[in-house]
Amino acid sequence: MPEQETRNEARRRLMSGREYVGADRIDGPLLVLRKTHPVGYRELAECVDREGHTRLGMVLDTSDDAVVIQVFEGTQGLTLPGTKVRFRGRPLTLGVTEKMLGRVFDGLGRPIDGGPAPLAQEEVDVNGRPINPTSREYPRDFIQTGISAIDGMNTLIRGQKLPIFSGNGLPHNELAAQIARQAKIRGGSNDFAVVFAAMGVKHDVARYFTRSFEETGVLENVALFLSLADDPSIERIITPRTALTLAEHLAYRKGLHVLVILTDMSNYCESLREISTIRGEIPSRKGYPGYLYSDLAEIYERSGMIRGTPGSITQLPILTMPSDDISHPIPDLTGYITEGQIVFEREMSGRGIYPPVAGLPSLSRLMKDGIGEGMTREDHPHLASQLFAAYSYVKDVRNLASVIGEEELTPLDHQYLEFGEFFERKFVSQGKDEDRPIERTLELGWEALKLLPSEELHRVTDEEIETYYLGEG
Amino acid sequence: MKDRIIGRVRRVNGPVIEADGITDAQMLELVRVGESRLVGEVLKLSGDRAVIQVYEDTTGLAPRDNVYGAGMPLSLELGPGLIGSIYDGIQRPLEALRSLSGHYIESGITAEPLDRTRTWRFVPDPDLKPGAPVAGGRILGTVRETSRVEHRVLVPPEVSGTLESLVPEGDYPVDRRIAVVRTDSGTRELPMLQSWPIRIPRPVRQRRPLSIPLITGQRVIDTLFPLAKGGTVAIPGGFGTGKTMTQHAIAKWCDADIIVYIGCGERGNEMTDVLTEFPKLVDPRTGRSLMERTILIANTSNMPVSAREASVYTGVTLAEYYRDQGYHVAVMADSTSRWAEALRELSGRMEEMPAEEGFPAYLPTRIADFYERAGYMDTLSGREGSVSIIGAVSPPGGDFSEPVTQHTRRFVRCFWGLDRQLANARHYPAISWLDSYSEYLDDVTPWWEEHAGASWAGERREILELLQREVRLQQVVKLVGPDALPDSQRFVLEVCALFKNAFLQQNAFDDVDRYSSVDKQLRMLSLILVYWRRGAEAIKRGVTLVKLKQMKVLSDIIKMKFNIRDEGAAEFDKLQARLERSLDQLESIYA
Repeated sequence: MPEQETRNEARRRLMSGREYVGADRIDGPLLVLRKTHPVGYRELAECVDREGHTRLGMVLDTSDDAVVIQVFEGTQGLTLPGTKVRFRGRPLTLGVTEKMLGRVFDGLGRPIDGGPAPLAQEEVDVNGRPINPTSREYPRDFIQTGISAIDGMNTLIRGQKLPIFSGNGLPHNELAAQIARQAKIRGGSNDFAVVFAAMGVKHDVARYFTRSFEETGVLENVALFLSLADDPSIERIITPRTALTLAEHLAYRKGLHVLVILTDMSNYCESLREISTIRGEIPSRKGYPGYLYSDLAEIYERSGMIRGTPGSITQLPILTMPSDDISHPIPDLTGYITEGQIVFEREMSGRGIYPPVAGLPSLSRLMKDGIGEGMTREDHPHLASQLFAAYSYVKDVRNLASVIGEEELTPLDHQYLEFGEFFERKFVSQGKDEDRPIERTLELGWEALKLLPSEELHRVTDEEIETYYLGEG
Repeated sequence: MKDRIIGRVRRVNGPVIEADGITDAQMLELVRVGESRLVGEVLKLSGDRAVIQVYEDTTGLAPRDNVYGAGMPLSLELGPGLIGSIYDGIQRPLEALRSLSGHYIESGITAEPLDRTRTWRFVPDPDLKPGAPVAGGRILGTVRETSRVEHRVLVPPEVSGTLESLVPEGDYPVDRRIAVVRTDSGTRELPMLQSWPIRIPRPVRQRRPLSIPLITGQRVIDTLFPLAKGGTVAIPGGFGTGKTMTQHAIAKWCDADIIVYIGCGERGNEMTDVLTEFPKLVDPRTGRSLMERTILIANTSNMPVSAREASVYTGVTLAEYYRDQGYHVAVMADSTSRWAEALRELSGRMEEMPAEEGFPAYLPTRIADFYERAGYMDTLSGREGSVSIIGAVSPPGGDFSEPVTQHTRRFVRCFWGLDRQLANARHYPAISWLDSYSEYLDDVTPWWEEHAGASWAGERREILELLQREVRLQQVVKLVGPDALPDSQRFVLEVCALFKNAFLQQNAFDDVDRYSSVDKQLRMLSLILVYWRRGAEAIKRGVTLVKLKQMKVLSDIIKMKFNIRDEGAAEFDKLQARLERSLDQLESIYA
């Protein structure tokens, strides 16, 4: 840390109020200015248009010759001679306070619900800072979502980042809203808050969430950051960062358990690609910039728990896979960063199964440490593993049946088909308001296994078979 | 700070900056940029301009800020105190940073990688007297670094001459002089601490051929696709196929003396997992905590991308330092794809011409340089030591034809391909027996035959052939169903299913199953092959498959991995006797 300000820094501080009139080039959301004082990288810039309206921007590239500013509210209506720019000598910050719960903001954190701006307790750089890995607390508290496909098979853990990989027209919003309504820690403190960030989603989606929060009476615990489909696409770059800045304040300063819903990350990535293309950067896959992974990591890694602080951030990003392709760069890179994924299957949805959680590609990486004795129930790990194994075999049998016909299958394979049907219709499928306790979920799992002979169950112990398969369970 | 000003910032574009007014900078010189003294490295020099990659977040850096040169390349501090530590990609101690800047890593903070206030009990080599000639790699004395690692204090590789003095046994901090050596260019005072640039391999006397397997306790690896000490292996796999789980399992249970675990661009919670879990785990060989042999390098995905580029070199340099003391070191790099992506990002920022998929043209060279730092060596100290590199690869979309996987394949001799289908069925470790290979097989066969049993190579081949046959049969089954096959062929499917269940799958969370000794592995394999040979014989004699499958002993064979411990040779004998008896009975009925 420098104790003394150097001449260069002092000059920058004095210059930070200086106003430059006239820009040299405008290209998409980028504004280029020549002959400025030395401007810092990622510094906040205020661009005033001819009507006197101030638009915020961030410095993306700075050199002796020119400064490139990314204008978050778009450059529509800006003129080269009529634009005034001021550099603030600091990065973009958000004033955060607990009072922001129950309010609605735009993507940059300015209220749009008609109320006054809440009085900030602290100003925080929205870009965040990496958490020191030694400061992290390993997440292991089971969150009961009341949804069997998640609780039983892909358990959500407090502090986890678990995205929903969905497709257009699939019920990801319903599931996210249901999780937000039902999520609880059993026997633990439930000081919770929801931070909701919408990026490029339609008005009715935003309304759906608002109404769902309203109906369950939790709206005063929810802060919404909306950058909707008709807002400038560039604003979406900053929206998740603003939302997470508030989430960090609530979690690590105020000790709340924060659930962050980010929807739709695909729109975010597209905005990023837009900027990258305009800047003429070398693209990697499908035109997305080479730093998409690092950029997404900056967002997703802002979750978890910190040693010695009571709160937590659990992230539930939603992304729609372009043409349901899980190997598309967006879901692919997301899957490499997040701690598992809930994958939706269109075919299941078509058969009327809600939630259409695909059994095999879905995964929760933190599940292993959050379930079992003392957390859920001692048979949970083996039961889940057995259900996975059996369901995976069901898929093989179905493939076989489609070739040779169901009649030709062995009796055992028929039993497996029956199991598969029960698993999808009774275990995975449930009502949009149905809140199943974990015991009920596990019970249903054993009921499904009872359709198979006990010799087929290699992954559960003999004692478990005794208690739950043969016994009353 | 004694640093001299060598130029000024001209342009800032993410982690890459341009400087001008450069007077006397060296290539790859360590520099500090701006008044917060961000650590960087000179990558290009041209006229009075330089391109510098900065290892920290450059927010706020502006043109005209000063660039300070350190006059030396980016180097590591080497000495006692490394084991059990957790560093970032440029060896900043994360524990110490936490006490300086709290839960978040701020830019521009520095701390000594090795604690200067701590003293270590140095025991000089009794055979070393003043006047003795010493050369690079000579062991001056030892320090008990952890209860299982004896740190051997070495003369730095570039120093040779006559020993003038050596301190007596006592407690010294790492930067206190312990020896004085007179060299051709004057006297050199040597503390326990030495430094070495990360991008230059430490010298050795010579490479040796590889012959000893690195025993990991993971059956599919040790038995089917063994890795040699000093060897290199790539583990490619899409997300969720268990790369990190496999790396963790090897880091926990392999028989290396020292583990260097590089978390390169991966999840923060994974490093926390290692940090919380390793100290609690006990090494089955020494009975000591696993953290007492582990060094962690954590450069998580949200930490600066250029430090990610440096982190693999940092890790392998630390490994070489312990190798030079005569240890067998295993380096886990998770994941080398993130490292390659860091190269790509930096290359893009420098506006270099891209080759495949935006990766720079020098990607294969860099990958080769990295893997070539592995090897089984005669070190300068005269002792043998090895560095094995186990690199995870994260191919986009799980597609092994992408550049990083393809180039890595060229430079490693062992390949453990992870399979999405297996992972989906929760068959872990999801190492595919069809895609994977090991070129070390012939190198390590003599060791196995000597230490486990002479039948090893033959039995291994037998089971692999069976697995190949199964693949062909499965193709038929997919078309006509299993019932169309005769019992003798269905029995192949049956044995392979048993082998996958009972042998290949290994539960990392089960207290017994997580580690299998070589003896146990061979016993398990032999037992399954007894079932195969005798069963196939029985079917020829008219025993039906249904009867074979109904043998009660089979469920015990499936569960032997959980129920029989490493030292349970007698139990294996009993199980095998039961199996043979059951088969005898069946045959007698049909005879």
